[in-house]
Amino acid sequence: MENFLFIRVARAFGGEMKIIVLAKHAPDPQSEVGVASDGKSLSLGAAVFDINDWDRYAVEEAIRIKEKLGGEVVVVGVGKNCDDTLRKCLAMGADRAIKIPLDAGIDAYQIAEVIAEAIKNEKFDMIFAGLMSQDMNNGLVGVLLAGMLNLPFATAVTAIDIKDGKVKVKREIEGGYQEEVELPMPCLLTIQSGINEPRYVSVMGIKKAKTKEMKELNISPKSKKVEVVKMYLPPVKKAELITGDPGQIATKLIAILKERGLI
Amino acid sequence: MKVLAVAEHRFGNLNPLSIELLNLANKIGESEAVVIGKDVSKFASELAKHADKVWKIEDASLENYSPDLYVDVLSQLIAKVKPDLILVGNTAMGSEFAPYLAVKLGVPIVTDVVGVSKADGLVVSRYVMQGKIMVDLKVSTPCVLTIRQGAFKEGVKKTGQIVDAGIKPSKSAMRRFIGYVEPEVGEVDITKAEVIVAVGRGIEDAANIPLAEELAKLLGGVVAGSRPVIDSGWLPKDRQVGISGKIVKPKLYLALGISGAFQHVMGMKDSELIIAVNKDSEAPIFGVAHYGIVGNLFDVVPELIDKLKAIKK
Repeated sequence: MENFLFIRVARAFGGEMKIIVLAKHAPDPQSEVGVASDGKSLSLGAAVFDINDWDRYAVEEAIRIKEKLGGEVVVVGVGKNCDDTLRKCLAMGADRAIKIPLDAGIDAYQIAEVIAEAIKNEKFDMIFAGLMSQDMNNGLVGVLLAGMLNLPFATAVTAIDIKDGKVKVKREIEGGYQEEVELPMPCLLTIQSGINEPRYVSVMGIKKAKTKEMKELNISPKSKKVEVVKMYLPPVKKAELITGDPGQIATKLIAILKERGLI
Repeated sequence: MKVLAVAEHRFGNLNPLSIELLNLANKIGESEAVVIGKDVSKFASELAKHADKVWKIEDASLENYSPDLYVDVLSQLIAKVKPDLILVGNTAMGSEFAPYLAVKLGVPIVTDVVGVSKADGLVVSRYVMQGKIMVDLKVSTPCVLTIRQGAFKEGVKKTGQIVDAGIKPSKSAMRRFIGYVEPEVGEVDITKAEVIVAVGRGIEDAANIPLAEELAKLLGGVVAGSRPVIDSGWLPKDRQVGISGKIVKPKLYLALGISGAFQHVMGMKDSELIIAVNKDSEAPIFGVAHYGIVGNLFDVVPELIDKLKAIKK
């Protein structure tokens, strides 16, 4: 334990960072998503899948820190079909990947539990997760994991500054304000979108990714915390639709704006 | 059922969502509130008008919010009060510490909840897919729920008793609070505009922003954006509409290619007239708009610009 701490502290002061990033392969809610015929699960046959948008920023941020200070970026994915996303992260510049082939659905507790088990022997300085997943929108896995591993943490992070073995971050709060806090390492941060400009994957990156390690770990969750009763389309008040060809639509819009005295 | 609502305050103001938590608590059972800080008497009095009991937890080290100290003192109170349900606001603060609290208590958590009913345990409703789909989840008690703003506005009055919990943090904070960073002030204050042309992911590229600007100019308004547009750097941060940006109430809000995520809708739903253009007929923005156009903004906007130009001549 002492030795482990020494290595970690030495690495922190020496600059080198080992960062674990959680990345989810997730459907884009703006693509075709619906409710399956069982009324309890999602119908995603026609949905477009990609790396969860928040995780893209988290991976980019980890790679930037590694490029600046040296170290290693390990990406962890949970899901039977997360290979594409893990390969994308490797192509962006992550060093190796861990895949846990478990489909936990909406139960974030299970996801955090298996990740905690998968990384228990990794001597990391920081863990990055996206603020939330674009499909389930729980915003849970990161902080649950921090709780399970007793790590200091911050969510919705918009800027990271590493100095003297400590991490100074800005986190987004309401009304355009940010809160500035300082954490010791190791710690866990959930990343807000917009923190950086994620890079595109290069052909060279894709080539390199093929030689990088992707380890599969079969881990079963111990607990089940929530149960889906039903899924359905929300009852919403619908806007009055304006139809026609673009010219007709524009004419109708002008009439509405005139009537309201807006033009 | 005993319900504990965790109140929230920042910059010397009680978050109105704290009262909404108590509205829900009063519907379900016995309502108790807890408020944490250096001096919370003012907040406790406000909360007592809506709760059966209000617990105060005061200490100099609690002057500024710290997630680990909040979880530390809340765990102590929860061990004493033994609530069946713990309610927290789904805010930047609440959504941060609530999952950590749930792990430390070893209980389930559901976030961003908009409906709660008693069953064998509880059945709670929340959105997934950024507002497109709703899910009902069964969860055992005790549990932690974070509650979405605006879901429980109606409530009853109470005259609760205020009690000092006599609880102090058992450790020092892992995370150090440094300070607040104020929003950047830009050249345009979108909260003052009477007409806003707002663009979302559907605008596709920075090169298309001038199209929105031209329309805004003809309507005597300004251009604003939703989160993805700001994240991409196509518009400055001070043009962001939403909970983490600006709250606007113009006479006309024209939403172009905005899907209508809750965080955005909360920033513009009180606009006098909302017109939305989106390719996706299922986009949640049509739930808040008065008029909707299901179609491509790049077809509609140029036509509208031409017709407005013709009128100006």
